[in-house]
Amino acid sequence: MSDDQATMTTVLDTVDVAQTSPDAEQPWQELGLKQDEYKRIREILERRPTSAELAMYSVMWSEHCSYKSSKVHLRRFGDLPQETPRGKQLAGIGENAGVIDIGQGWAVTFKIESHNHPSYIEPYQGAATGVGGIVRDIMAMGARPIAIMDPLRFGRIDHPDTARVLPGIVAGVGGYGNCLGLPNIGGELVFDECYQGNPLVNALCVGSLRHEDLHLANASGVGNKIVLFGAKTGGDGIGGVSVLASETFDADGPTKRPAVQVGDPFAEKVLIECCLDLYHAGVVEGIQDLGGAGLSCATSELASAGDGGMSIELDRVPLRDSSLRAEEILMSESQERMMAVVAPAQLDAFLEITEKWDVEATVLGEVTDGEHLVITWHGETIVDVPPRSVAHDGPVYQRPMERPAYLEELQADSTARLDRPASDEELRAQLLQVLGSPNVCDKSWVTDQYDRYVRGNTAQAMPADAGIVRVDEESGLGVALATDCNGRFAKLDPYAGAQLALAEAYRNVATTGAQPLAVSDCLNFGSPEDPGVMWQFSQSVDGLTDACRELGIPVTGGNVSFYNQTGDTAIHPTPVIAVLGVLDDVSRHASSGWQQTGEPVYLLGEARDELDGSQWSAVVHQHLGGTPPQVDLRAEKGLAEALREAVAGGAISSAHDVSDGGLGVALAESAMAHDIGAVINLPGAAFVDLFSESTGRVVVTVPDGEGSSLEAACVRYDVPFAKIGVTGGDSLVITDRFEVPIADLRETHQATLPLALDGR
Amino acid sequence: MGHVVIDVMPKTEILDPQGQAIAGALPRLGIDQFADVRQGKRFVLAVDGDVTQEHLAQARAAAEKMLSNPVIEDVVSVRVLEADGR
Repeated sequence: MSDDQATMTTVLDTVDVAQTSPDAEQPWQELGLKQDEYKRIREILERRPTSAELAMYSVMWSEHCSYKSSKVHLRRFGDLPQETPRGKQLAGIGENAGVIDIGQGWAVTFKIESHNHPSYIEPYQGAATGVGGIVRDIMAMGARPIAIMDPLRFGRIDHPDTARVLPGIVAGVGGYGNCLGLPNIGGELVFDECYQGNPLVNALCVGSLRHEDLHLANASGVGNKIVLFGAKTGGDGIGGVSVLASETFDADGPTKRPAVQVGDPFAEKVLIECCLDLYHAGVVEGIQDLGGAGLSCATSELASAGDGGMSIELDRVPLRDSSLRAEEILMSESQERMMAVVAPAQLDAFLEITEKWDVEATVLGEVTDGEHLVITWHGETIVDVPPRSVAHDGPVYQRPMERPAYLEELQADSTARLDRPASDEELRAQLLQVLGSPNVCDKSWVTDQYDRYVRGNTAQAMPADAGIVRVDEESGLGVALATDCNGRFAKLDPYAGAQLALAEAYRNVATTGAQPLAVSDCLNFGSPEDPGVMWQFSQSVDGLTDACRELGIPVTGGNVSFYNQTGDTAIHPTPVIAVLGVLDDVSRHASSGWQQTGEPVYLLGEARDELDGSQWSAVVHQHLGGTPPQVDLRAEKGLAEALREAVAGGAISSAHDVSDGGLGVALAESAMAHDIGAVINLPGAAFVDLFSESTGRVVVTVPDGEGSSLEAACVRYDVPFAKIGVTGGDSLVITDRFEVPIADLRETHQATLPLALDGR
Repeated sequence: MGHVVIDVMPKTEILDPQGQAIAGALPRLGIDQFADVRQGKRFVLAVDGDVTQEHLAQARAAAEKMLSNPVIEDVVSVRVLEADGR
């Protein structure tokens, strides 16, 4: 905090004081506000803001909270039909998380968010509190959190800073999630130079609830009490969201070191159970989580979602550090706190439940019949604002956009000029090279640190294409989830890149036999002040919107992370897409490994000569250029339908998506899963067949005698198919080309991460 | 043989879940006079002979670079351990 502010608060800066001292210097610039934004606050209030109001506006109008650069683009998601293939959404974009109906009276809610900047500064706590935050979003909807996933992206695997941040981030995700008792059912691990200095830590949580338990947080009903419950408020992460998520780091690393938040997963576990208890007892009108921007956000959002009037006595907030000033209390991002709206008649019952869980609960104020959010400090008014002006009517920017100049040259530099393997021996060697590369290799080093099966409802987790958790233990109803993004493709073409990410996640969900229903997105980009980045962002949103419309699934929520860049160098556009699908019975799902010998192997979909942006081009030639594989959403939809029908009818014994690395990698992974090889006759040119990353392809095996049902399903949905081999043996045999014993595949696949991260 | 003692504490503004857990448990043992508990850690580094200024300087470097996480912890003292164990 600046000296200005310190001197200013020696006398409490009340609304009265603000009125009589219009010309007092205010540290708006240090708090990240632009001059015209500060001017606008003065116009809204018709006076200068108090220091507490300034603190609230500055955090709520930060990029992270206000979406001021992305809002004009994100509106396009709202134009999509707000329904899934299973019916209307129960809650959509704008709530803490979207809620969708999955049938049998059950609903699920899921959301993905970023915690990139805090994780760069303090890897363990940054990643841990990222998990904690997304879990609270799910709790706020009235749901029980049932699983988490974490897509992670780092710089080069051999860079010293990767060694600094990766172990801490993985341990943080695992530490928090494991202590909460939530299974981690998947995610991604990607290494690319562009994330050097800007690692991406995205976290997804999914929760389940009965329809009748859905709770939308808003403060309506005059006289209803506003109750803060959970952990005490300390000085953690003050200004974290505005400072961390809205600033570019200097090339030499973090110079600003704001207080980072430290999480306590055991406190959060108690909060989960306490919230569920409160919902079931019917003693809350609504619950809001406290995340970024803490009390500033919770009070202004709750009040604006209601009728607008709310009074809060800020000095009642239980503090961990009694020296905190009012502005700091408003900005604190202390973890594991929630805010509830409670009818006066229910208050005793509410407090009885929080007491049972040993959770501190304090009535801070109530809903009033006014239109302002009024906050007092020892009886004096320090905040008196229209809540919508803080929470929703922040600045909205139409940032300049421009197609980056480099793109022409980048797209012209295709893989056509690269040497392709000249002999079968080289083909074999390059397959192994790709299989052992950091982005394709075995990820157990990371996923083994996560509890994948706690709660006993996990039907499938990493390294499967999609994670599956059961929702209803009686009927077996459950959900399948996958997150994907290929930033290399998005760099070459951000419109297609977003669609490719969606197509891959959609296909991964479909390989299990699930029906894809909805999308949540975490859009990670560079600085919005760079017209090239803004163009990438807009293109990605367009691509995603158009693709969702074609596939008939809505975007139910998500998050935008800007300023992921070091100096002038932005990360690849990284629109991480999560797709959720439903399985009527999770025990009838397909997994990706071959389980029986003697089964025919089919390739659904067709390979084209599409090597631009591929893992092969990255690993063998360190090349990125050209145009990404063609997107065919109609084909993806048909493929998903065919898979769903075939899995449900028992015509598929395994199904594995073909993506990173191509068919060669997919075959190797299916073979390694249960030590069952195959003899494969490639339908076309061996190199293209093995390494192309054409979309819309899945390798499936078929139980004895079911070939004709699979083929019939493919014909019905217009899916090209080819029978390419038979499972069996202890090698992957590419007929007339080469063979590799599974043991060798495994050795190559498993060696990379331990060697890079443990040195052995 | 001389010893250097380094004390590290979580920064005051940072949540200390272990300290909180202890603070919560003490009253259950009837120890109820304490308003708060914070838990830190102590390192004892041994040197041959007496502790010199150079030893202390190195110990300070160790404390900043390895024994503490400057983002969430403070090195509260680096000092010579007296013969009586203080």
